[in-house]
Order: sequence, then C-alpha cells, then structure tokens
Amino acid sequence: MLSFFSKPRIQGGVHAEQHKDATAHQPIVYSFPLPKKLYIPLQQHVGKPAEPLIRVGDKVLKGQLLAYSQGMISAPVHAPSSGVIVDVNDYPAPHPSALPIRMIVLETDGNDEWVKLCPPEDPFLLEPEDISLRVGAAGIVGLGGATFPTAVKLNMGRENHIDTLIINGAECEPYLSCDDRLMQECAAQIIDGVRLMLHGMRTERAVVAIEDNKPAAYQAMQAAALPYPSIEVRQIPTRYPMGWDRQLIRYVTGKEVPVGCRSSEVGVTIHNVGTAQAVHKAIRLGQPLVSRVVTVSGGAVSKPMNVLVPLGTLISELFAYCQVDAAHTARIIMGGPMMGDALPHTGLPTVKATSGVLALSAPELKDSAEQPCIRCASCVTVCPAGLRPVDMANNIRINQLDVAVDLGLKDCISCGCCSYICPSNIPLVQYFKYASGAVAARQQAQHKSEQTKRLMDDRNARMERIARQQLEEEQARIAAKAERERLKAEQESVA
Amino acid sequence: MIKTQKPNSGAHIGAKTSVSKIMWQVVLALMPATAFGLWCFGWPALNLFIITVASALFFEAFCIRLSGRLAIPVLMDGSALLTGWLLAMTLPPFAPWWIGVVGSGLAIILGKQVYGGLGQNLFNPAMLARVALLISFPIEMTTFVDVSPLFFSHSPGFIDSFNITFAGLSPTDARVGATTLGYIKTEFSQHHLLSDILKDYSGTLNMIGWTRGSLGETSTVLLAFGGVWLLRQGIIQWFIPVSLLLTVALLASVFHLWDSEHYASPWLHLNSGALMCVAFFIATDYVTSPNTPAGQLVFGAGCGLLIYVIRTWGAYPEGAGFAVLLMNAATPLIDHYIHPRIYGRDRKGKPLEISKS
Ligand code: SF4
Ligand code: SF4
Repeated sequence: MLSFFSKPRIQGGVHAEQHKDATAHQPIVYSFPLPKKLYIPLQQHVGKPAEPLIRVGDKVLKGQLLAYSQGMISAPVHAPSSGVIVDVNDYPAPHPSALPIRMIVLETDGNDEWVKLCPPEDPFLLEPEDISLRVGAAGIVGLGGATFPTAVKLNMGRENHIDTLIINGAECEPYLSCDDRLMQECAAQIIDGVRLMLHGMRTERAVVAIEDNKPAAYQAMQAAALPYPSIEVRQIPTRYPMGWDRQLIRYVTGKEVPVGCRSSEVGVTIHNVGTAQAVHKAIRLGQPLVSRVVTVSGGAVSKPMNVLVPLGTLISELFAYCQVDAAHTARIIMGGPMMGDALPHTGLPTVKATSGVLALSAPELKDSAEQPCIRCASCVTVCPAGLRPVDMANNIRINQLDVAVDLGLKDCISCGCCSYICPSNIPLVQYFKYASGAVAARQQAQHKSEQTKRLMDDRNARMERIARQQLEEEQARIAAKAERERLKAEQESVA
Repeated sequence: MIKTQKPNSGAHIGAKTSVSKIMWQVVLALMPATAFGLWCFGWPALNLFIITVASALFFEAFCIRLSGRLAIPVLMDGSALLTGWLLAMTLPPFAPWWIGVVGSGLAIILGKQVYGGLGQNLFNPAMLARVALLISFPIEMTTFVDVSPLFFSHSPGFIDSFNITFAGLSPTDARVGATTLGYIKTEFSQHHLLSDILKDYSGTLNMIGWTRGSLGETSTVLLAFGGVWLLRQGIIQWFIPVSLLLTVALLASVFHLWDSEHYASPWLHLNSGALMCVAFFIATDYVTSPNTPAGQLVFGAGCGLLIYVIRTWGAYPEGAGFAVLLMNAATPLIDHYIHPRIYGRDRKGKPLEISKS
C-alpha cells in the first residue's frame, strides 16, 4: 500500500503532436560543406563568458583553444575548424532580441586541420578529478539546451557522493530528433561516455531513460549497454516535458528535488545523451567540443535532416543547405517548439545549445487570436510544476506582481504546456517571462536605491562628523584663546 | 537571410482547441435531449426555445456594441448561444414568450456582462436567470404540461402554439400540473405516504423523459448520454458529475432505507428534475467551478448535498438552481484552499526537506 502512494508519477504535461518522422528515420548527415566564416560567441554556456587569448590575424588549427574559461562556472571555446581569426567583436546573438554579444570570427582555410590531440592511453587509470579537468578543458556543456558546464556538474556529483547518474534520452520536444539519431547511430560512444562519467563521479549506477516513442534508439542503446551491468537502459512514457530534469528524476528515482536545491543534493545527477557522446570524444580522442548535431525541420524546410555542423555556422547557411522556403517561413525557432525562442532573422550562429533550428510555416503555429480566459483549468491540469497559470496570469494582467510571485511565478520552468493547451490562445509563458523580468528589474532598482540611500546616509554621517569636528576644533580654539588671554592677564597682573 | 516578425517565446505550437469548438461540442451534446424535449412538448416549446436563444444572442450583441466592440466575433465564440440554450432547457415548455426574453436578459446582462463578460462571472448565468424567474414568477415557472408530442391529435397545432406562447392562453385540452417532485411535495403536505403518492409513477418513462417537466430536462437517459460523450471528448472531467450524482444517490439511499414512506428512493431522485442536466452541463461550467480535481470533487459533493437538502426539506420541490448558485459563491474559497502542490515544495509552499536515502 505504501509503495502505491510513493510510486513515482508524472504530474501534468501534454501529448503534443510529435512531428519527428520528417527527420527521425534518416541518418545524420556528415557532409555539411564547411562555411567560409564561423561566428563563435564567447558565451555559449551558463556562467561567465570565456576570455579570448588570440588576436585578429592569428592562424589557428581546428580544436585550438580560442578563449579560456574564467571563474568557477564557465567553459572555454575552441576553434571549430582551421583558419585565420578575422575579428573579435560584437555580433547579433542567437536570441529573440538578437542583441550583439562578443564573438570571434574565424575565416576557414578549407583544410579542417586538427591540432595535435593527446588522448590518454587508458582513461580508466586516470584519477576521477582528471576526467573532470579534461571534460572542462574540452569546453563541454549540457547539450540538451541547458548548457551548464559539464565539468562543474561532474565535480558536484563526486563531492555529493551521488548514487545515480541519469542520462536524459527523453527528447520530449516535438520536431527534434538529434538525440534519437545519436542513440541509434552512436550508441557505443554514448555508453562509453556514460562509463567515463561514472568513473569521473565515482558513481556505481547509471540509468539511461528513453521515451517509448523511440524504440530503435532504445534497442541500440540496450545492446550497447549489455556488457555493463552498472548501466540500465529504461523506457519511459512519452509525455512532454518528460525531459525536464526534475520530472525525470522523480519518475526514475521517485525523489523530488526541493526548490532551491541542486539535483546532486538528493543523490542524482542528470546529463544529456549528446553530452555523454561529447565526453567520449573528449576523453578517448582528446577532441574538444567543436561541432554538434542539429535538427533542421519544420513545414518550410524542403529537406529536413539531422546534420553535423561546426559551431558558429550561421543559420542562414544551414537553411540554404536544407532548402528552407523563405516565403513559407512564418517563424524561426532555435530549440524545440515548446520552449525554444523565436529568432528575428537567420543571420545568427549555431551554438552549443542549438539542438534544433526550425522553420515553421504559418499553419503549424498556434493561433494567436487571443480570447478571454474561460477558466477551463486546462493550464492548471497540464502544469508539471503544480502551478496555477490562470491565477498568475490574471494577477500579472492587473500588475499584481507580488501576488503572482506568491503563487509560484519563480517556480515556473517556462515549459510552455500552459500556452500549448490554452483554448483561448493566451500567451501565458510570455506573461510569466515578462513578469519575471519586471520583478527582477524591480528588485535591482530597489537594490540600487538602497545602495544610493546607504551612500547618502554615509555621506550625511561624514558631513555631520566633519561639522562636529570643526565645531569641536572651533570650541577648542576659543577655549585655548580664552586660556591664553587669561594667562596673559594673570602675567600682566603679576607684573 | 530570412526574416520574420513578432518574435516571441512560449509554446509556438498549440493544441487544436478553441473556445468556440468547446462551446459547439457542448451544444452538440445537448442536442439529443433538446430535440426530444422539443418533440415531446411540441410547437409552443419550439417557440419558447427560439425566443430564448435569439434574445440571449440579441442581449449579448447589445452589450458588446455598448462597450464599443464588434459583436459578430464575440457572438461566434458560442457562449451566449449556450447560455440561452441552457436557460431554455430549464423553462416550462408552455411558458409565455416574455419569460424567455426576461430570462435571457437576466442571464446575459446581470449574469455575465456586468461582471465583465465571458469568464468573469461568479454565478452560472443560466441558473441565475432561472432562479430569479422562479422567485419572481412562481406561477408561470411551475406550470408544467403533460407530454403532448408534435403531430399528435391532442397536441396543440402550429397555430395554437402562437396563442399559447404569445397570447398567454392556457392550452384548452392539455392537462397541466406539477412535476413529480412538486407533486410529491404537495402530497406530503397533506400527510400522504410515498407508496400512495407514487401509485402511477413509472421509473422507465421518467428515464426516457416521457413526463411533465422543463423543456429539455426530462430525459435522464439522453442528458446522461450527452454528458458521457462530453466526458469522452475531454471537454468536461468526471469529478463534478460523479461526486454530485453519487452524493445525491448516497443521501437518498440512506434516508430511503431508513424511512421509505417519507423519503423518495435514489432512483427517483436521479431520474427527476434538473439533476442530470445540472450534473453534466451546469455544474461543470468552467467559469464558475473550481480549478482542481480535488476542488471539483468538493464542489460536486456540495451541490449534491444542497440539492438533496432543498428537495427534501426546503420549500421548493427542485433545489438544483439554488444549490449551484450557492456553490458558485463558494468556488473562489474552494480554489483558495484547494490547489496543487508546487514541485519541490510542501503544501504550504515551503521548500521540501532534503531526503537523501
Ligand atoms: S487554459 Fe487558458 S482559458 Fe483555460 S484557464 Fe488557463 S488561461 Fe484560462
Ligand atoms: S510554463 Fe510555467 S506555468 Fe506554464 S505549464 Fe510550464 S511550468 Fe507551468
């Protein structure tokens, strides 16, 4: 009976239309022509941007370090191909705002020549700390889209003595199939990467979780994991957002990660399958992260595919290769259609986080004609975080941001389920992002005004002190003068 | 370089639902019971039905124009149609035309638009109107005719129907009376026992809907059929109907077992009056019911309890309208206290303790 109650369960979520068939059944394309120019942002990860150590005009080889990581949470950036550095400057970022961020521009020479790589003989003889160091030096970040530096996560896992490593092969976003293809084609590499990560974290057990809409990937992974009893490959139900780390952790281990804690604090660490393959390449071959598989799909794409591209490739070149019909492109999305961001144009580079680039045609998009909320509560039912989107949105609409925060605004993961399901087409996630931004800005302003107030108070105190000092000095002077005069008068009277 | 406008976040794709689709499916689910009711009560019922629905649409359009918006797109969402439709179903079939007009006016203007339109109202508009009518015009609202189906010789013809609906002439050869519940109530007041009162009662006829009653509320089986279809379509959830019906059935069973001469059987309760219609179509109204499954269970049980209490001990034979309105008023409270637990937090909203096992 007890086990019935504590049985891991799935909260909320939606059955979105998959749209994966366009790409999931063809092999990954490895023949993408090398672009003439690559635009490599210095920040492709969570944390501090990397610091460039090359100059304009430098010749670099593929895999050469271009910018080193700075600070505790950061990741280095390497040259995706060989060539000449032609610029280090601000260019539009792959973000809805397309605001400029710092990028290194590399003009490729077409040779694609690697630097000298020095992989270890037997990585399992390395110290676990050494694994993290090498993973960190290879610039690996979470390739599922979170882009948290992998080495930092490995260290946290080791320090917290976690008991389970979960490998996220859910790929629950519609349209995307790059992880599916990777698991089908590179299962052995992924499993090797998992073993290396286990070694790096001194952990005994790994669970590879794959949604049951990918039977081929499941079989391939199971076959590859067969010799290693420490690695279990498991099928999980298909339901967006199954790939949300906390949902997956609860489903696989039955544990719930408290708000404000890292998953490693409950003894679990979660990595993406793409990350596992990158770890394999970094340790076994010594190759840093310089390319990734990207799903290009959507109704406006004539040749949808999964394709391996060097990081820094402009989306426009990718789209040209996949024959995207510009006339039918209603929206360009980086990532999946549920959580991804719409991009204003295609002159933006692919980065480590780019799991997919979609060119959606108008009929695929959600109708944007907004209607009044009918309190149907669908959004409450589907919210995986247990929030009440309808109440939060109502409060945001009347600018009651504090109430929205009390209702759990900060626990919203922007998964998009509520917007997806809403029959009135209310852009709920947009509301929540706006409100979070406004709350953060307000807190900053408050912080600033407090700072100013403190400075003012300090200044007033200082002025007062000076005034008091002056007064005291003045009084002392007057007293001294009086004393002097008294003495003088005494002397005179004595004389 | 391809450029697109309106960059935004959030789900870019969506489920294939819309407000009007939901409303139309509810209307579709009401269709069998409505058609049966219209057939049973003939031309006068059809007149009243058309008048009620048309005036609901008219009042909606009027209010929308008053607020300076275009009426057509708003009418297309189907909510006014549904309100008028539901109201018509709860009216006595031979009621005069002005009952329909006044009812629709109350429902649309007082029940919905003064709150700010669709989604803002506290009370179910159709029930609000029905209860207001019942209190203001008790005679008109409690005069029910015998079943007089279309094209039967003793039924009012097409021409007669205008006399009934518009001139307020009482039908010459149609027999009028109270509903089963009303009849039981009056008989009780004369200290008759249930076994005497229900000598002529046929459960089967009541289930089909071959009995005196409101225009579209008589047929238990067709209403339940429509409701189950809505459940299967995912338009409504089972929490409210099941808890409501179960509460009524349970209470009725307990009291019936205790004293079968003074308390009607659960079978009779489930088969009578507005119960099915309320359980599947009125209490499940999105706008005025709670948002969470647990809240909906409480809401349904509350409705069921009140319906039984009012029916059994109250002054009115049928308490569904009052019960729903009372529970509507409690909805904000239910939603305040019953809400889902946020992931990673306890019920009070504090972060969970770390459990490292
Ligand atoms: S899904 Fe949309 S219409 Fe339904 S309650 Fe939520 S916000 Fe309102
Ligand atoms: S976006 Fe936020 S509020 Fe909406 S379903 Fe996801 S977690 Fe819940």
